[in-house]
Amino acid sequence: MTGLVIIGASYAGVQAALTARDAGYSQPITIVCDEGWLPYQRPPLSKDFLLGRISEQNLILRDEAFFEGKQINLVLGQRATLLDLRARQVTLAGDNALEFEKLLIATGSRARRIAVEGADFDGVCYLRSVTDAVDLKARLTDAAEIVIVGGGFIGLEVAASAAKLGKKVTVVEASSRLLERAVSPVLSTFLLDTHLRAGVDVMLDETVASFKGNDRKVSAVVLDNGAVVHADLVLVGIGGVANDEIARSAGLRCTNGNVVDEHGQCETSDIFAAGDCANHFNRFCESWVRLESVQNAQDQAKAAGLAIAGARAPYENVPRSWSDQYDVKLQIVGLAGQYDRQAVRGCVDGGRFSVFYYRQGRLVAVDSVNRPGEQMAARRLIAAGISPAPEQAADPSFDLKSLVTAGDKAGA
Amino acid sequence: MPRVRFVQQDGSGKSIEVGRDVSVMLAAVRNGIHGIDGECGGCLDCATCHVYVDEEQASSVPQPSEEELELLSAVSGERKPNSRLSCQLKVPAPLDELVVHVPARQS
Repeated sequence: MTGLVIIGASYAGVQAALTARDAGYSQPITIVCDEGWLPYQRPPLSKDFLLGRISEQNLILRDEAFFEGKQINLVLGQRATLLDLRARQVTLAGDNALEFEKLLIATGSRARRIAVEGADFDGVCYLRSVTDAVDLKARLTDAAEIVIVGGGFIGLEVAASAAKLGKKVTVVEASSRLLERAVSPVLSTFLLDTHLRAGVDVMLDETVASFKGNDRKVSAVVLDNGAVVHADLVLVGIGGVANDEIARSAGLRCTNGNVVDEHGQCETSDIFAAGDCANHFNRFCESWVRLESVQNAQDQAKAAGLAIAGARAPYENVPRSWSDQYDVKLQIVGLAGQYDRQAVRGCVDGGRFSVFYYRQGRLVAVDSVNRPGEQMAARRLIAAGISPAPEQAADPSFDLKSLVTAGDKAGA
Repeated sequence: MPRVRFVQQDGSGKSIEVGRDVSVMLAAVRNGIHGIDGECGGCLDCATCHVYVDEEQASSVPQPSEEELELLSAVSGERKPNSRLSCQLKVPAPLDELVVHVPARQS
């Protein structure tokens, strides 16, 4: 038994392989992936790709030359079906098997399916992979009326793209505000106004009862209140689910994803997990979190790759993410969670502002809209554990970077 | 084919071929250049693809946009007059090789 086997070839899987190799891991590395594509960029799928601003070819993140150069063996289009920890073996569909010395699980997450009548109709779509995106893009060309189920990141980004393409768009959201789990009411209201101005119809506090169809092709969405919304295309974006089945069936501890330590290591030695499928304790969030973001996938995979190579540096980064909708660039650092105080900096009506969130006097998260410089400063403040007073945060004339610089000097 | 040479902090360098329509960031990521993350894929959201354009070539590349400048004002590595986000850089004609230096850190 020799070498590293990685299940999954997206951001986490590829980054872990690269980091392990660069850190001196000299054994064979094999990445196996059920998708047939070279590793590709996912964030543009809901935005520039749907708008035709980036080609399928330019989605590619790493090509064959990269894997050859790093001596990483890439096995595409083969699903890992079984993991045997005792035999140290991964079985692939078709009964091929890979033996390993060390294993990294980077199986990611999948779109949560909606369970209502008519959910299997043609035209009820999800967006996760490039295959989904190619299908959605083709369907968008022909569609006139689109219903988006779920006012989260995927739903709102697709809503913005579809509205830009001139489609009639309706967003149905079960909670009382958009992006409820990710941002504060100030942001939710701002985004609601932005979508309404773009002509998108947003229905809050509404849930889907069923889909209607003709010849098993979706034609309308029926809400719980009895209302019927015409739709020739439906995009469901109601969250993600960890792909942790293979780990579970192997007996690895999973609670909403593979439970891992700060090195991405599972409770079983030599077994690691990273990215959307992993659940770690994040000291900045003061809680166990399973994050679905490029930053988390890459940074956690770096820690795992280092540990695999025997050079350890823990994963302890502040979570960060972003979303682009119309001309709104939303950037997020930290998880606001149960904040007890907020400070707004800048002009909400003018569409350029940041919201600072505090918990027990400590700055825990900052959302920025079209304020990239402020967001960068906030990221460094939170990472350094520096909290400006809420009054300072709300004062546009107060230089946040001066605190960062002061912190750098104090730490030097 | 034009090229980009990436020079690391320790002075080691690697030169790779890149089409004139492909960003320096994407070229770096595709080739596994250490120290350039390019998390956001080039939509000016993350500032993890910071580089220094070689001083002798600094005037050969188009000036940064206001948005790029705002991100550059808060990069994690040392900000210099020739700091750029490599997602916004392409090898301009008629340069055959663009030389960029990778900073000590990105985040």
